[in-house]
Amino acid sequence: MASIHLENVVVSFPIYDQSSRSLKNRLISASTGGRIRSESGSSKLTVVQALDGVTLSFEHGDRIGVVGHNGAGKTTLLRVLAGIYEPTAGKATIHGQAAPLFDVALGMDPDSTGYENIVIRGLFLGLSRRDIEARVEEIAAFTELGSFLDLPIRTYSAGMRMRLAFAVSTSIEPDILLLDEGIGAGDKAFIKKANERLRTFAGKAGIIVLASHSDGLVRKMCDKVVLMEHGKVLRQGSTDEILAARADH
Amino acid sequence: MIGPFWITLSMGIMIGTLGVLYSKILKTNSSDYLPYLATGLFTWGLISNLINDGCRAFNSGGNLIKQLSAPLSIHIFRELWSNALIAAHNILVVFVVLLVFHVNPGWVFLLVIPGFFFILINGFWVGLLLGLISARFRDIPLIVASVVQVTFFLTPILWMPDMLPERHVFLDANPFYHFTEIVRGPMLGKVPTIENFIVVVIVTLVGWAVALLFYTAYRRRLAYWV
Repeated sequence: MASIHLENVVVSFPIYDQSSRSLKNRLISASTGGRIRSESGSSKLTVVQALDGVTLSFEHGDRIGVVGHNGAGKTTLLRVLAGIYEPTAGKATIHGQAAPLFDVALGMDPDSTGYENIVIRGLFLGLSRRDIEARVEEIAAFTELGSFLDLPIRTYSAGMRMRLAFAVSTSIEPDILLLDEGIGAGDKAFIKKANERLRTFAGKAGIIVLASHSDGLVRKMCDKVVLMEHGKVLRQGSTDEILAARADH
Repeated sequence: MIGPFWITLSMGIMIGTLGVLYSKILKTNSSDYLPYLATGLFTWGLISNLINDGCRAFNSGGNLIKQLSAPLSIHIFRELWSNALIAAHNILVVFVVLLVFHVNPGWVFLLVIPGFFFILINGFWVGLLLGLISARFRDIPLIVASVVQVTFFLTPILWMPDMLPERHVFLDANPFYHFTEIVRGPMLGKVPTIENFIVVVIVTLVGWAVALLFYTAYRRRLAYWV
């Protein structure tokens, strides 16, 4: 059973300016003592608190929407859930395999054929080679790309690439599905097909966390909503309650 | 038509021209010098590529690191594998040169395998350590590249150890000499000395220890740096 527990999670980013990213400048400023440093206050390290004391608890079956302004910490939260960022302070306990789908086309190689990219993308998603081989035909059929799959994907149009990426990305069965801004895909006919597939895909996941600006999408997919602002959880509750409260602002 | 063998071809051209020119400058017999240069440049190419690419291993995989919680070692494995493939293309030039100049290393040639193995094992810790530091300090790859360049001239690749008037600290204190020797030696039919292997093993152990210390301490910060 998938579950997610965050306790007072803090994520702070050091913002390095050009000179503190340079070892040479570091050494020079160290040997000249504090003189240079005191001359320009900008060489102090700026730290951004992307998440500030976030406590959340999700259980199997939860469909959570994360909403908030740009820079509210939605994407950072998803990255913590994916195990990419380890919290600077606090505790994140995540049970179950989390599949982040932030960029569906991640890790695709333009010089490899469509079929090869199905394998590459599948491996990145955590499938074994045998798993992928079992799914290749189903994925290929869904893309409707036919003999194009034997060509390198740099010859594809953006829409064709999207179809391929979408088909592979939604062929997995993760315990925890993390989505950023939903998955857009291709032309009208394909979108209809894609939506259907997305529904069955989402149905298989234990927990879904969707970060989005679209109230419509959140309403359609989520039963719980977490409202974030400045890295903190402002409110959480049922979808209708939070979205209605936010609309009143 | 040539495809990936462009790598082989450019290596061949470099060895051919450098070999002819330097055997004249250094007044050596080209049938001794060319096999020595080919095997030396081959080994050095592998070593220097591993060091330079190791610096970029994490930076170039930044996009993946920020979106996927895969083991970080895959970025090092990717880099090692591509360099192993490049070496496999370059070794063809070595074979051609050995054939042309009738150098028959015999069974000693098989000692190339442990030599290779040691260089790759060391390439791994170099990638972990330099890759990590390079993610934090962006000028490290440039500094490393110039150090590697200087080391190339200090290491006997273009010149031969016995051209030095006496046994010199440049040889014994230069770990790159010992690393080059464990692959170049067997290719020319010469068994590497115990001393070569001792230095290589010590560097391997110390390097891995330092790299693992760094890695355990800073692994978590990597996603924030790249």
